[in-house]
Amino acid sequence: VIRGYAGKFLDIDLSNQAIRETRFNDETLKNYVGGRGLATKILWDRLGSKWEDVDPLGPDNLLLLLTGPLTGYYPGGRTCVSGKSPQSNGVVGSTLSGEFGVELRCAGYDGIIVTGESEKPVYLLLKDSDVELRNAGAVWGKDRKETVLELTKECRGLLKTRYPKYGEWKEPAMLYVGPAGENKVRTAVVCSKWVHAAGYGGYGAVMGSKKLKAVAVKGTGPLPEPADTRRVKKLMETVCNDIYEEELWRRWGTGAGGYDFGNKTSSEPIRNWQEEWHDEKSYGVDRFENRLWMKQYWGDFGCPTTCLKLAVVKSGKFKGAMTDNPDYEMQAYLGTNLGIFTPEENVFLASLLDELGLCGIQTGNVMGFAAELFDRKIMTKEDFEGVEPKWGDAEAFATLAERIAYRENIGDTLAEGTYRAALKIGRRKKMNLLPYAVQSKGIGIGAHGIRSGQDFPDIISYACSVQCGDHTSLASLPLDGGGETMNIFSDSGVFCVFNSFGVPRRIVFDFYRAVTGLDLTRREWCLNKALRILQLQRVMLLLGGPDLKWNPKIHDDNPPRFYEPLPTGPYKGKAADKAAVEEYKRRYYRAVGWDKNGVPTPRILRKLGLEDVEKALKRIRFD
Amino acid sequence: LPTRKEPIWIARDLAKCSGCRKCEIACSLSHEGCIWPDASRVRVFMLVPGLEFPHLCAQCEDYPCVEACPVKALSVSDKTGAVLVDNETCTACGQCIDACPGRIPHMHPREKHIVICDLCNGNPQCVKVCLEGSWNVLRTVKRGDEPYGLYAREPEEITRDLAAKIYGENGGEYL
Repeated sequence: VIRGYAGKFLDIDLSNQAIRETRFNDETLKNYVGGRGLATKILWDRLGSKWEDVDPLGPDNLLLLLTGPLTGYYPGGRTCVSGKSPQSNGVVGSTLSGEFGVELRCAGYDGIIVTGESEKPVYLLLKDSDVELRNAGAVWGKDRKETVLELTKECRGLLKTRYPKYGEWKEPAMLYVGPAGENKVRTAVVCSKWVHAAGYGGYGAVMGSKKLKAVAVKGTGPLPEPADTRRVKKLMETVCNDIYEEELWRRWGTGAGGYDFGNKTSSEPIRNWQEEWHDEKSYGVDRFENRLWMKQYWGDFGCPTTCLKLAVVKSGKFKGAMTDNPDYEMQAYLGTNLGIFTPEENVFLASLLDELGLCGIQTGNVMGFAAELFDRKIMTKEDFEGVEPKWGDAEAFATLAERIAYRENIGDTLAEGTYRAALKIGRRKKMNLLPYAVQSKGIGIGAHGIRSGQDFPDIISYACSVQCGDHTSLASLPLDGGGETMNIFSDSGVFCVFNSFGVPRRIVFDFYRAVTGLDLTRREWCLNKALRILQLQRVMLLLGGPDLKWNPKIHDDNPPRFYEPLPTGPYKGKAADKAAVEEYKRRYYRAVGWDKNGVPTPRILRKLGLEDVEKALKRIRFD
Repeated sequence: LPTRKEPIWIARDLAKCSGCRKCEIACSLSHEGCIWPDASRVRVFMLVPGLEFPHLCAQCEDYPCVEACPVKALSVSDKTGAVLVDNETCTACGQCIDACPGRIPHMHPREKHIVICDLCNGNPQCVKVCLEGSWNVLRTVKRGDEPYGLYAREPEEITRDLAAKIYGENGGEYL
């Protein structure tokens, strides 16, 4: 038995209301660890033979809520949400912070596997090994605030009644979906607390399609015993002490970026990426800090950074809006990308999207796309049926977001995400609208541009990532240089990557060893284990379906916009260079073991022990 | 008030709590030898996100929990003034919970006894980690003659106050 694991997983079929326990053998856990890695393996084993036919929003898909052995030990625990993605039709390991993963492990489970589809809305309540599906009729249709408050009250009430002598119960940890998830909006998130979201992948829609409103868990046991508690304690102190020395994310979160990434690195999406530079001091982090932050430090279990800052608008038109800093991605996608440069308006929009359960990145991306089409008169007032999404009009974008969440009017089309909306509206208008779609293989690009060459993604990072537009899973060379293979480690050990910046590189592997008792070198991880997970993700991404398939020759690329020169700022005139991208892509394909068409070679699959995957290669076809 | 040798108190600034729960980690590591949030003597409540706060014994001047214990399993430390639990004697009847104005004591999740903050014999581990990270929510001070019992309040009451402070006029919406 490997240490640091609870040792069992809940396996729930909502169609039959059947609840059982599953275990994975040591070999599987050694190779795939947990979280994203294990999700990939589970999805391949259970759905691989019929992948192309599995509707991500149908009963066959799996919703995976997985922890890893480092969850709760490495400072800043997270939970990994996965399944077949309704955005990319591949696999995305989407992680979110909060106490859910810790509570789940304290309840004795490493993860929850959900399949099927409930007839009526339900929520799952776990108190240690007492597991029950409960009627969620009272909270179905409700937004974030009502869902969290009502379910917290209900669950605490139940615990109190059932265990009257225990004393006061702390609240259970919870994952839930908002109205957007219920309405199977492809840009819907799985949420936790007020602002935490597993966004990339669109798993809110998967959870909603199963009519699973929430999962609440109270675990009263200790975290699974690690191999060497004393060493784990020492390592926790080392990481925390290093992080305490860092100023940027502790003090300002990523919220310093709203001004900085635009102004310094010139890589912030502005008006649907038509520009990436601004000098709007009105959007400085000091304005957010001094006008809106009610808590300078706000975070989750074990986190030394607490990069969240609690923002509350207390007066004026947007009174009552409440969200985190907002973090950089929200400042960009629900601010600059929509032509908004006022902190209060930005908090208002971020707060609304939290209430609706929409992903700020993906929804901000598709709303920017729509606004540009409106600006260019490709789409008209009639197309929008009364809303006029003009740059900078926060209230118009709020109306649009609501329509997306409830799939009303044009919102029903935009709810499909930028790529699918571009195809659909393009067919209607008889135009190619993909030049305005800033996405990669169905996933809107994170708010870090590549044109200036000053930000962290490489020119092929989005084009070749198995998680597509996800800025937290970036392809780059060398393979053991800290790119996607290391992202797979944090997503599989399931801890927050933000607490690995500013600490010695090897510490994450020291942690793995102290918790599990197993040796693992960076080389072994990056060039063998992570590569195996990467190939599996790649194969499922290329199998795709049922509504869309990807051809690497066409789709392993940057959005067209990234080849247009930057029109303003210190890097004016700079653009991604197509020839350089192609050359880098060729080198990347070679290094990672893909042929010239971007398909994993039989040789690499055999080398990684993926013989059964090799057989599936013949199913990958490009039209 | 009985004379204590090194009486201390943990001063608390609840509205600044980040919710990092390092206090729970430190407390359970120190008392249980492992990370065990529900066995921690200090517990961070989050009945409403954004309103997280550490909930721990306030060492009331009149020690109603000690008074209420029918088997004399609770006593007051001569050194620090903390409430000490004799795990062997405790029958887990829960009368101390009902006697506590803040319903702060809770049952050990696996063993048959109550858990109450023992001030780590004068060197509280929760305070140590809270200060290390400069959250400064918890701080050890010399115990004087203040109305410490006021701080023993039920989680709902504390949450209500924090909602008014942090969410302001809209605080009521969160309750």
